[in-house]
Amino acid sequence: MADYAALVVEDSPTMRQLIVFALRRLPALKVTEADDGVDALKKLQGGKFDILITDINMPIMDGLKLVSLVRKDELHKEIPIIIITTEGAQEDRQRALALGANAYITKPIQAPHVINTVKQLLKL
Amino acid sequence: MSRDDEDGPNEAAAGHGKTSDGPENRIEESLAARQAFLQVFKRGEEFAEELMRENERLRYRVAELEKDMAGVEAQNQSYASRYVEIEQENNNLLNIYVATYQLHSTLDYDEVLRAITEVALNFIGAEIFTVTAVESTPSGGWEPRLLVAEGLDWETAAQVPVAPVAREVIATGVPHFVNELEGVEADLERPLVVVPLKIKELTIGVLSIYKFLQQKKLLASVDHELFTLLAGHAATAVFAAKLYTDSKRKLSTIQGFIDLVTSSSTSE
Repeated sequence: MADYAALVVEDSPTMRQLIVFALRRLPALKVTEADDGVDALKKLQGGKFDILITDINMPIMDGLKLVSLVRKDELHKEIPIIIITTEGAQEDRQRALALGANAYITKPIQAPHVINTVKQLLKL
Repeated sequence: MSRDDEDGPNEAAAGHGKTSDGPENRIEESLAARQAFLQVFKRGEEFAEELMRENERLRYRVAELEKDMAGVEAQNQSYASRYVEIEQENNNLLNIYVATYQLHSTLDYDEVLRAITEVALNFIGAEIFTVTAVESTPSGGWEPRLLVAEGLDWETAAQVPVAPVAREVIATGVPHFVNELEGVEADLERPLVVVPLKIKELTIGVLSIYKFLQQKKLLASVDHELFTLLAGHAATAVFAAKLYTDSKRKLSTIQGFIDLVTSSSTSE
């Protein structure tokens, strides 16, 4: 039985599949997928999650807006958040971290990097 | 230690409190004491020799263990580096599996092009790139047709002539790479990477990458594997999707024609 619940928010099915496949190597993790920020908020309202992994550039609601809303949500305000994005500039990283993200991973991603970051944040 | 060892030569010489009167007795006692002392000394010498032999054996054993330890250490390092290699290979395979899965998960032409775009953007880290189809002309030559433009607007991309290096890739089917990416500026006339999209030996298009994401400093082994994958699978995925779309359109036309004929014959 999974001990932790992760929510992966990514509009690209290719990237989402890659992240989900990478996270399957952590048996303690149950992974739920969301297409964008709005879908993610619905899923966050429907249950308790232990970690959130989100892209920044998404339609309808982007990742940064999602992070700021999650930090105001009573149930999930303490949840560790990992941002995965193509934006590699230092100012983008600082902006995401200032909004409340705990880690920042730039694309192209390497599965071990994602796994290690999740393990570190969940203290697995 | 034996009791004899505890009794020293002086005690033996003292005769354990016995009284001795004559010089002969004293000599005998003295000889006995000397004998006892010599025996103790001999036992000590034997004991020391035994200790030295044991010491030598232990030194040899330590040397052997150190040698074994070095072997185990080397084996550990070998396993560790193999583990890293396997992890890397697993990671590469995961990328390739997902990319292949996405390329072949649909027969929708636009979705296939989107999958190629996502692989180039998200897996390889390309920022500015185009995918161009190579279409045969009745004169026996070929002309380019832009399929994907990412990181630059469609009009600009459509006006970019096929770079000489891309022409060479189309002619030879051999990909072109610039491995060192750091500090390289985008130049639409000089793509950094050109990958032929091939069906067997026939090149039906090219993926040209003009700029990579700023965090991408060099092309890794997985990138080369992804280029090989795109070269083989993207072409067949595009080709199959195009055939499917064309046949669907033709089927729809034929169905419309059949419906028309059927309805007109029924009305007569």
